[in-house]
Amino acid sequence: MSILIDKNTKVITQGITGKTALFHAKGALDYGTQMVGGTSPGKGGTEVEITLENGDTVKLPVYNTVEEAKAKTGATASVIYVPPAFAADSILEAIDAEMELVICITEGIPVLDMVKVSRYLEGKKTRLIGPNCPGVITPGECKIGIMPGYIHTPGHVGVVSRSGTLTYEAVHQLTARGIGQSSAVGIGGDPVKGMEFIDVLKLFNEDPNTKAVIMIGEIGGTAEEEAAEWIKANMTKPVVGFIGGATAPPGKRMGHAGAIISGGKGTAKEKISVLEACGIKVAPTPAEMGSTLVSVLEEKGLLESCTTH
Amino acid sequence: MNIHEYQGKQVLKQYGVAVPNGKVAFTVEEAVEAAQSLGSPVTVVKAQIHAGGRGKAGGVKVAKNLDEVRAYAEEILGKVLVTHQTGPEGKEVKRLLIEEGCDIRKEYYIGVVVDRATGRVVMMASEEGGTEIEEVAAATPEKIFKEVVDPAIGLQTFQARKLAYSINIPNELVGKAVQFMLALYKAFVEKDCSIAEINPLVVTGDGNVMALDAKLNFDSNALFRHKDILELRDLDEEDEKEIEASKYDLSYIALDGNIGCMVNGAGLAMATMDIIKYYGGDPANFLDVGGGATTEKVTEAFKIILSDPQVKGIFVNIFGGIMRCDVIATGVVEAAKQLGLTRPLVVRLEGTNVDLGKQILAESGLNIVPADSMADGAQKIVSLVQ
Repeated sequence: MSILIDKNTKVITQGITGKTALFHAKGALDYGTQMVGGTSPGKGGTEVEITLENGDTVKLPVYNTVEEAKAKTGATASVIYVPPAFAADSILEAIDAEMELVICITEGIPVLDMVKVSRYLEGKKTRLIGPNCPGVITPGECKIGIMPGYIHTPGHVGVVSRSGTLTYEAVHQLTARGIGQSSAVGIGGDPVKGMEFIDVLKLFNEDPNTKAVIMIGEIGGTAEEEAAEWIKANMTKPVVGFIGGATAPPGKRMGHAGAIISGGKGTAKEKISVLEACGIKVAPTPAEMGSTLVSVLEEKGLLESCTTH
Repeated sequence: MNIHEYQGKQVLKQYGVAVPNGKVAFTVEEAVEAAQSLGSPVTVVKAQIHAGGRGKAGGVKVAKNLDEVRAYAEEILGKVLVTHQTGPEGKEVKRLLIEEGCDIRKEYYIGVVVDRATGRVVMMASEEGGTEIEEVAAATPEKIFKEVVDPAIGLQTFQARKLAYSINIPNELVGKAVQFMLALYKAFVEKDCSIAEINPLVVTGDGNVMALDAKLNFDSNALFRHKDILELRDLDEEDEKEIEASKYDLSYIALDGNIGCMVNGAGLAMATMDIIKYYGGDPANFLDVGGGATTEKVTEAFKIILSDPQVKGIFVNIFGGIMRCDVIATGVVEAAKQLGLTRPLVVRLEGTNVDLGKQILAESGLNIVPADSMADGAQKIVSLVQ
């Protein structure tokens, strides 16, 4: 068990004929993901040929539209590597085609485009992850996105994060301690996006395979605070946290469009104090995300069952 | 991206947002000519820098005749203004806005932002104009009124009317205030603003509703479709190193410390600053080389870090995903050879091709201190710069 994706998930890549998209389609196939095709308007009816690490060659069909790709391949998930100017349109197309899961990796989408996407998403059955995110991985089963697969190990700890490389850092620290992951979800660093912390935490809470969660936040907005309140009220599993940006100056956008302290709101200090008040142990440094989780697992008597033998 | 007040007012005017007549001046002569052509009984001389708090710092003066305009222009042009937003070093004034004075009856506040909690554009209004809105929000939050806009239909007249009544715009001017707000919203969405702040919005003795000040901030992700806005960028207002970094698509922010940082990924870059501080050091910058960095990009990043004379040592912290460790290592070695490595350098590599990367560093013959983890690297660089 896992959340969002597993070994049976069939995936298409939107914009599959692009260089980045092809590179990551290959990475997904190498990992064992069921990548079954892609779209590229104007190139429908052709195929892309991908040579895997093991020397095998895979031919994926290319379609003009997501609707057709879905109908012909039976895919339920799509991943988007389309350039920022066209990415919002790609998300809308995938929502319209009723894909169950849409993961948008693209960085740099205008925020007002995402305001429209977010409105269009209301009442639809699609779950959107991102944009500006590393994607989702269920270790050993399915990798959709740009994360390095080999640092992950199958297991029972869920990871949810606003930052890509910081997720890798956390996963690496867990794997190094013999603690596997159920699924790792990068929700992305943009201010207006698809799933938020709470949406992912709900899934982890309902997933019998997940026994604990690491939540990695950063400065800007109040999503971590809202998640902390939700955890306090609803979560039956231990959660540990980390908040990046304690030393970030106000008013400066720290790389991510969403990582900015504005009007005195969204500071790391404020977030950490709310998390702690809600009973969430917060790692004092990013180097201690793994060890903080281990200490909580020990406390709850979960360490043994979370360790991969 | 920020622009100057006078530019913001020009943009707003295109959409029918009422603003006072005014002209930009780069010299004292231009200032006097501008005042002459405006021909208003009272003229305002306003310093144009990308920071608020100009009035308190002596950057805004009211002139009653052309001699006073000249005197104030001479005084303000070239002056270094220090406000709560400029930092202690202040900002030199190179441009003035010469504007007709108006008979202010009352000041209000109007702001438009993208609200992340709702994922929508929100218009905010308050009767407490002219002061810092954060202070109003903290002390008397009930005095700020908000309307959330549905992007499918845009800001509606009734919403603008509600805001106008909530902040007690005089009855006979509600219609004008509504027109003002609708035009402001249109400008906001059509130009991809991230913030539009009118503080103060004023009603005047002669029955007008207009923007006495205007602060527009644009979504840098959307500038590709607004060439006209891009032309308004004033490089004098930006940090030289940040400009250089943006040429190479590097995300760089100058800070006050002495440890230069080079990291991949924004989250890890922020966390690296945090851990340096945790061990008693002070980061000199935030620098995200991004996911697809090449050797050249890494070299340029290094040059930018080293161009800061305050930097006493460098910490490279890389978790290679797509970014391969050997590419980073080659870039670091290349840069160190090109620029000469006289300051301590600690490198932590992890991820794709990590062994190859470590080998490249070890065989370079350069004095590079390897680190096993983030914490190890941070501790090492902090002790090396002391």
